[in-house]
Amino acid sequence: MGDLIDKLIFLGIAAGSLLVIALLHVAYLTYAERKIIGRMQQRLGPNRVGPRGLLQPIADMVKLLTKEDLVPYGVDKPVFYIAPFISLVCAGTGVALIPIWKKFVLSNINVGILFILALSSLSAYGVILSGWASNSRYALLGGLRASAQVISYEIAMSLALLSVVLMAGSLNLMDIVKAQINSPYKIYLIPQIIAFYVFIISAIAECNRVPFDLPEAETELVAGYFVEYSAMRFAIFYLAEYFGMVVMSALAVTCFLGGWIGPFEIPYIPFFWFLIKLYIILFIYIWVRATLPRYRYDQLMGLGWKVLIPVAIINLFLTAVLKLIF
Amino acid sequence: MATYLEINKKQVNEEKWEEPFYINMGPQHPSTHGVLRLFLELEGETIINCTPIIGYLHRGVEKLGETLNYNQAIVLSDRLDYIASAANNTAFALAFEKLMGLEVPRRAKLLRTIVCEMARICNHLLWLATHALDIGAMTVFLYCFRDREWLLNIYEKICGARLTHSYVRVGGVRQDFTQEIIDELYKFTEEFPPRIYDYEILIDVNRIWLKRTKGIAVVPPEDAINLGLTGPCLRGSGIAYDVRKFRPYDAYGEVDFVVPTGKNGDTYDRYRVRMEELRQSNSIIRQCLDKLPETQGEPVLAENAPDLLMPEKVKEPKPQPVPKKGVIFRGVEKPIVPVGEAFASIESPKGELAVYVVSDGSNKPWRLRIRTPSFVHISAIPYMAKNHMVADLIAIIGTLDIVLGDSDR
Repeated sequence: MGDLIDKLIFLGIAAGSLLVIALLHVAYLTYAERKIIGRMQQRLGPNRVGPRGLLQPIADMVKLLTKEDLVPYGVDKPVFYIAPFISLVCAGTGVALIPIWKKFVLSNINVGILFILALSSLSAYGVILSGWASNSRYALLGGLRASAQVISYEIAMSLALLSVVLMAGSLNLMDIVKAQINSPYKIYLIPQIIAFYVFIISAIAECNRVPFDLPEAETELVAGYFVEYSAMRFAIFYLAEYFGMVVMSALAVTCFLGGWIGPFEIPYIPFFWFLIKLYIILFIYIWVRATLPRYRYDQLMGLGWKVLIPVAIINLFLTAVLKLIF
Repeated sequence: MATYLEINKKQVNEEKWEEPFYINMGPQHPSTHGVLRLFLELEGETIINCTPIIGYLHRGVEKLGETLNYNQAIVLSDRLDYIASAANNTAFALAFEKLMGLEVPRRAKLLRTIVCEMARICNHLLWLATHALDIGAMTVFLYCFRDREWLLNIYEKICGARLTHSYVRVGGVRQDFTQEIIDELYKFTEEFPPRIYDYEILIDVNRIWLKRTKGIAVVPPEDAINLGLTGPCLRGSGIAYDVRKFRPYDAYGEVDFVVPTGKNGDTYDRYRVRMEELRQSNSIIRQCLDKLPETQGEPVLAENAPDLLMPEKVKEPKPQPVPKKGVIFRGVEKPIVPVGEAFASIESPKGELAVYVVSDGSNKPWRLRIRTPSFVHISAIPYMAKNHMVADLIAIIGTLDIVLGDSDR
């Protein structure tokens, strides 16, 4: 009995601290994005709240929490209320599965990759339901676009991850990281460069980020599926988007960049290499956003079905053949 | 085009349950460039029908012009196409000068040409910024604004205002350039061409940009003429019509420039035409600046130009508290405008801008009619948007380069 309580307390502390760390990352990701894009666009970015604008995310949060929560006339209320939380929960749960260090993973289940993929498919429900429940045609169009996009890009993403699974011989994320030690530079990036490429593109599409931000295309659909949302519910959609970014980047680090394993050990900071790799991937997200225009709906589908999925299948086939030979 | 009545009828007809999807875009929408309202009939995301509804920015400029005297009407022209106000000023001034038979000094002509081409650069930069932003490339937006800011600062040095400056006036311009402005403009013309190159490498080699613009909203030459397109939209279809070449006004007769044209008449060609025009405008400014020393010391306003004068007896507060704020017109005492009519058209950055004015001999126009390019271009949207997707519609609005102040007047 005492053991169980000890275990529960330990788990609670671990989960709580992980959640706080993840939330901090998400909050400061928005700040980093605004700062970096500002630099790329020859402007300053946030610099008013706190030193160098460092308190900006907190100020935003306070502002959004204190705003009036408007519910438009004619919405499907229960669905309208619950949709943002579906997005957030599905996007956020993935954090628990990422092995940050060899001795730190909250939930070391043996089908980790499958679970993350399932969660990211489910998070599309939040988008679709909010688009449907909002009683707005713009939101409906955004929701439709999102559902089509997520379905098509998930296939490419799963196929890219499947070749990694094939190489590592396990669905467990911990084992995948450990299996990478034998590869050149202790990462799967070089043997699986095609899969990495496909995965990054699909992950950007999965998170509805530029250049695949069609569901929320600001200049076409105003804001897409969350056009009718306000205050905290609106913020929760944003939180879900950035949580999704963090989880997808962490997955890329785990599956392709060797997780916590680095060229040499850093004493006292076991997460060092994991975080550095995570920040590099997140920077790519932001960099792409500042550079590229947006695809059109049919072009996006074309890219997914005609380019990414065939490439991923060929890569999977090659991996299988090479695995058989060696 | 479906009217509301027809739509209601369709909805009542229950047998046909496969209805198109109607969506109302605007008048408050981030990418309709103002208060344009579009009523769309969609099938999936494909546009079957599109009805532009305008008039949300109607201020009655034409009627208002009939109640103001000639120099005051120039101020109204700023508010038409507020992005390139120098071009509007010039169109008004040319028509009024024709009516009054004024001869503009050469230096004033050169200065007008310079500010007009500056306006063209401003306009095209803003167009590029918003067009790229609509398609999703947000970085170009701020780069363009940086350079536009430079030009607006020069405008501020020239006449004190940045956007609606009324620098051009009947019979010439407001005041001469100082040496500082000329130096600044020389500096600008030298540094600007590399920056055009910067924009081009930002978006011209971008595959997504090419996919979004090539083959979108193709207008064949015959259709472009029939739709009444002018300016870069017409030249994008391959017709080298430019008022600056065909009926040179101001100093355009004495400068060398090329009229760039496209081939396919799609969004990409219109983009290329405008980018080339940026270079040409830059060279025109340069040539005019080189010619300025020849006319050093000349007046910048015609001798017999109608003048804006302050009241002569400001110091005496007595007779009656008549609210004579601002200015009076010399022509009130002595009409200088003959009875008659005049027409002038110029190549504004957006297309051909024409002004027709009828005078009854008083100091106010009896009738003022303005032909604005945006109004005509909006009428081309249904033709161009047909069978395109919603995302293309945004590109089409961008490529037509419309300003609603210009269209609604």
